[in-house]
Amino acid sequence: MSEQRPESVSRRHWLRATLRAAALAALGGFVGAMVQRGRRLCTKPGSACVGCEERAGCGLPPRATVWQLDPEKCIQCGKCATHCVLDHSAVRCFHSHARCGYCKLCFGYFEPGTAMLTEAAENQLCPTGAIHRNFVEAPYYEYVIEEDLCVGCGKCVRGCNMFGNGSLYLQVHQKICLNCNECSIAKACPADAFSRVSPTEPYLRNADGSSKT
Amino acid sequence: MSLMCRAYPFRVIVIALALWGTFATAAERFPSPDFESGYVLPTTPTPIPRAAFAEALDVGLLLVALALATYFALKMRSRKALTALMLFCLAYFGFWKKGCICPVGSWQNVFQAATDNSLAVAPSVLLAFALPIAFALLFGRVFCSSVCPLGAIQDVVVLRPKRIPAWLQHALGLMPYVYLGVAALLIYTDSAFLVCRYDPFVGIFRMSGSFWMLLTGASLLLLGIFIARPYCRFLCPYGVLLSWAAALSWRKITVTPTDCIQCRLCETACPFDCIDFPSTPQESRRTSIKRLAGFLLLIPLLIGLGIGMGPHLAQPLTRLDRRIQLITQLDREAQSPAVEMTEQSEAFRASGVAMATLRDDVKRLRKRFRKGGRFLGGFFGLVLGWKLALLAKTRKRTDYEPNRTSCLACGRCFAFCPQKPPRTRAAPHGASPRPSTEAGPHGACLEPPTEAGPHGACPEPSTEAGPHGACPEPSTEAGPHGACPRGTRDSDAK
Repeated sequence: MSEQRPESVSRRHWLRATLRAAALAALGGFVGAMVQRGRRLCTKPGSACVGCEERAGCGLPPRATVWQLDPEKCIQCGKCATHCVLDHSAVRCFHSHARCGYCKLCFGYFEPGTAMLTEAAENQLCPTGAIHRNFVEAPYYEYVIEEDLCVGCGKCVRGCNMFGNGSLYLQVHQKICLNCNECSIAKACPADAFSRVSPTEPYLRNADGSSKT
Repeated sequence: MSLMCRAYPFRVIVIALALWGTFATAAERFPSPDFESGYVLPTTPTPIPRAAFAEALDVGLLLVALALATYFALKMRSRKALTALMLFCLAYFGFWKKGCICPVGSWQNVFQAATDNSLAVAPSVLLAFALPIAFALLFGRVFCSSVCPLGAIQDVVVLRPKRIPAWLQHALGLMPYVYLGVAALLIYTDSAFLVCRYDPFVGIFRMSGSFWMLLTGASLLLLGIFIARPYCRFLCPYGVLLSWAAALSWRKITVTPTDCIQCRLCETACPFDCIDFPSTPQESRRTSIKRLAGFLLLIPLLIGLGIGMGPHLAQPLTRLDRRIQLITQLDREAQSPAVEMTEQSEAFRASGVAMATLRDDVKRLRKRFRKGGRFLGGFFGLVLGWKLALLAKTRKRTDYEPNRTSCLACGRCFAFCPQKPPRTRAAPHGASPRPSTEAGPHGACLEPPTEAGPHGACPEPSTEAGPHGACPEPSTEAGPHGACPRGTRDSDAK
């Protein structure tokens, strides 16, 4: 069969080989161009990857963007807790101690109209008891969030924002987030608070709770 | 009553704070205390995303899996090995990595970066997109065979595959192009990652998800019992890119390890209908070229038509965009007070963004939809024209061979071929090169028969084929499963 290959077959063969070479070259060129662009964006002043010490950038292409929730836009609707593709949502409550007033009566901790300011379960706003209240010194109390218990419902955030300093806020926990292209929570978020941010700035709030944007 | 009394001071505080809140921003209400007990402020944790090496590991494993799949499908020709690899990939890329990162969706990120200069795409995503295509250009769709977790989960349920009529198959075969085009448009307008949103199996990989997602996945798997790999054949948009690449592939999978003897045993082998049967054009070459030229001339016409209709095609898709949904809702609310506010419109009003800003955004967006729609229409025209031209084309084919573009390289047809791979060295004298016990139920003919053994193997030209022997022509006594002389296959071609 190979000895007497018809003319059209070898022609087709040649055509295919040429197109294949062109396609491979195009694919390679495209990948190269994309890597190059990534490098260019990395060396732009002010950008750096997660864990990068030098803000100037190493010149390597950046990694995938990550999802983040803008606490300024968040309306604490509670959908973060229910809409994540993970059973236990990747959105968790974070607490900026620098911003906290260390109130004895914390509106992020106590159910409104609570009779007594004790740590009893019925007084707590958090449905999973993820906030621990520790006495520091009179009259101050420290509030610590147990990350594994938090479900990201935002009830405490709402209380803290309405009556307190707003030191409690929801954010996407980067270690848990699967970084879906089509984030289910972002799709459901009524306030359009979710955006994909650079991995160089995975958290939209500083540790002192001030907004980066 | 006592409860009321005790609660009273708090009520006062609540009211006081509510009033206070009207003229103080949240951050200023209570100053940060100056601790005297030496208390140190705990820092807010900022866990970083998964390590870069994990991404590199995934890409490395993808590369290794692709290389193994190529070796198993093209060199070793072992369905068993391919199945083992497939199960591993299903477990790792599917259930362990929870379906992400997958090349089937990664093309969207790459396309997004390609259409937006300010975006970069991560190297791992870029490679997940490019590696399977590079392999398809060289070796065919080995990615589909055993590396893709979406393919793998469907492949394990192929139990009672039924043949679908050719016309239906061709019609449904256009769906991936539609899906690809629409998904690309929605990426271009930054509206949605459609392929990820409607990924039917990711819910199963994660063992969680919305009801509809799980239902779609389960019903596709149920359907997959009878219609083999429905997602791969009739939906997968990445499969379109792979089929283009595979059309140019350097090497490709073959049914037979040596030469096809037209024994017809592989006719029913492929549950995906990817084996092309031998055919001889009934008409003159001139007629077929004329017809093909006619269809090729039709392509620019169809493209033009598509470009013209483009904006109308894109119009219904605008409803999928969240910003357009929002402004539609706001307009409805403005028109009639009876329309209830949605959470979205309420949040928008509370955000303080000016309506004019949103209107400007939406105006730009609609323009982008129209422009993208023209590309989409042109693409649909091209695909339709090309498909028609392909159907009009006649080609003389003498052997049974897997279709270059649609073959998923699953290796099911290997076992159906009675031919054995050629020996590189002659077997020792006296020893049967391949005893009949190993030759399978249908016997085997060696070609070229260097050392014809007593059983099974037929010296050429053979006149006495075994009961199930399949021999190269001219064979006069073909068994029940025996060889069919060349050139008689056209009457019952597909």
